[in-house]
Amino acid sequence: MVVLVLVSLALLTVYFRESSGGGLHSLQSTGASVLRPFETAANRVAQPFRDAAGWLGGLNTTRDENKKLQKENEKLTAELSRFGSVQEENRDLRAITHYLGGPSLPRDYIALPTAILSQPPGQFDQRVVVGVGRNNGVRPNDPVVSPNGFLVGVTTTVGAGTANVRLITDETSAVSVADAKSGAWGILRHNDPGSAIIVDNVPKSAVVNEGDKLVTAGWKSGPLTSVFPRGIPVGTATGVSQTDIDPFKQIEVKLLADLGSLRSMIVLVKKPGVK
Amino acid sequence: MIDGLKAAVLVFLVAILEVSVFADVRILGGVPDLLLVTIVAVALLRGSVMGACAGFFGGLIVDTATLETLGLSSLLLTLIGYWVGRYGETTGRDRTHAPFLSVAVVTFLYALGGLALRFVLGEPAPARHILLETLFQDIALNLLLTLPVYVIAKRLLPPPPPSRVREGAPALG
Repeated sequence: MVVLVLVSLALLTVYFRESSGGGLHSLQSTGASVLRPFETAANRVAQPFRDAAGWLGGLNTTRDENKKLQKENEKLTAELSRFGSVQEENRDLRAITHYLGGPSLPRDYIALPTAILSQPPGQFDQRVVVGVGRNNGVRPNDPVVSPNGFLVGVTTTVGAGTANVRLITDETSAVSVADAKSGAWGILRHNDPGSAIIVDNVPKSAVVNEGDKLVTAGWKSGPLTSVFPRGIPVGTATGVSQTDIDPFKQIEVKLLADLGSLRSMIVLVKKPGVK
Repeated sequence: MIDGLKAAVLVFLVAILEVSVFADVRILGGVPDLLLVTIVAVALLRGSVMGACAGFFGGLIVDTATLETLGLSSLLLTLIGYWVGRYGETTGRDRTHAPFLSVAVVTFLYALGGLALRFVLGEPAPARHILLETLFQDIALNLLLTLPVYVIAKRLLPPPPPSRVREGAPALG
């Protein structure tokens, strides 16, 4: 027992102190690649049971959801026809003014769809492991979105054939977001797993209303740029409040991506040559 | 030797199931920990040395598969495997409530130990969420898993014949 505890402590210490390219990290990456087929097999076996549970769970809400979606569909069809002309006008204006933007979606990115292989057991981490890695061109800090394009997280540790994705609900995650309507900026955080997701650092003078859509801000400051390109949909403001003593607004957010039911994700890798 | 091999295969399969299937299951905010329950069962059936080895091996697989800090789960699960094994060799021998009591206690200790280690390493350690909001659900879910897991583990690793039991440490109460 003493030997195993000492080995564990040695692993912990060396892993914690070495760089991400160190020996133990490489060994772990190789090990993760070896375990990948077993995880894929386990996921395939579990899939029918997950589908059945999802189907049973969805029976209650299907009718209400159907009505809601029909209304939303009508609204979105009307908006889409309006955005068609706006987009064309935007393209013309960009051409006239020789506008130089940052990397934009989806033009400057390669989308790598991948399955979620595993996630740490227990309640500690808001992270998952996906089945693409260094061999597919993935690097640390690549943005990750859901299959319908909503922001999910960012890659952290990248192995040869797998990558760890830190979800935006992780305590250590922070995303610069902007109100799609007013352009007001803030930082999306989830300080406590039991509490709501908030956007803070939004000045009181900025305009943010309930129901406003929030997208990634995609800022650039000198040589520094946000890891997220501008315009990835993140969430909807569900509550806006401010107090006399707090210099900033407090905005509660409902995420667009349903992180609990995701089975696959898309890792966005910058095309070669794009800065 | 054969017992060790059987236990290794069992722990390997359970660790893979844990990270790819069970870690994703959330019931009333709780997450069942199949690996922890299996290690408790192996430790109770085969003693402290096998318990510690199962814990170390299971933890190593979890840390490798999830690309998390290597050694963190191994350390906690080794200590848990050893401690439950000692309990099984002494006080808990032949007691029907031993698996349930062990699972309830180690779920709490595992959460507490995980929080302490993560705090020391500077990683997120949401104590309120872990200890107040989800611990009871975690314990309840693990207790639900205890009986089926213990029965399966007992079939795979049947208790040693009485002569071997007598050679072990004396029962304390």
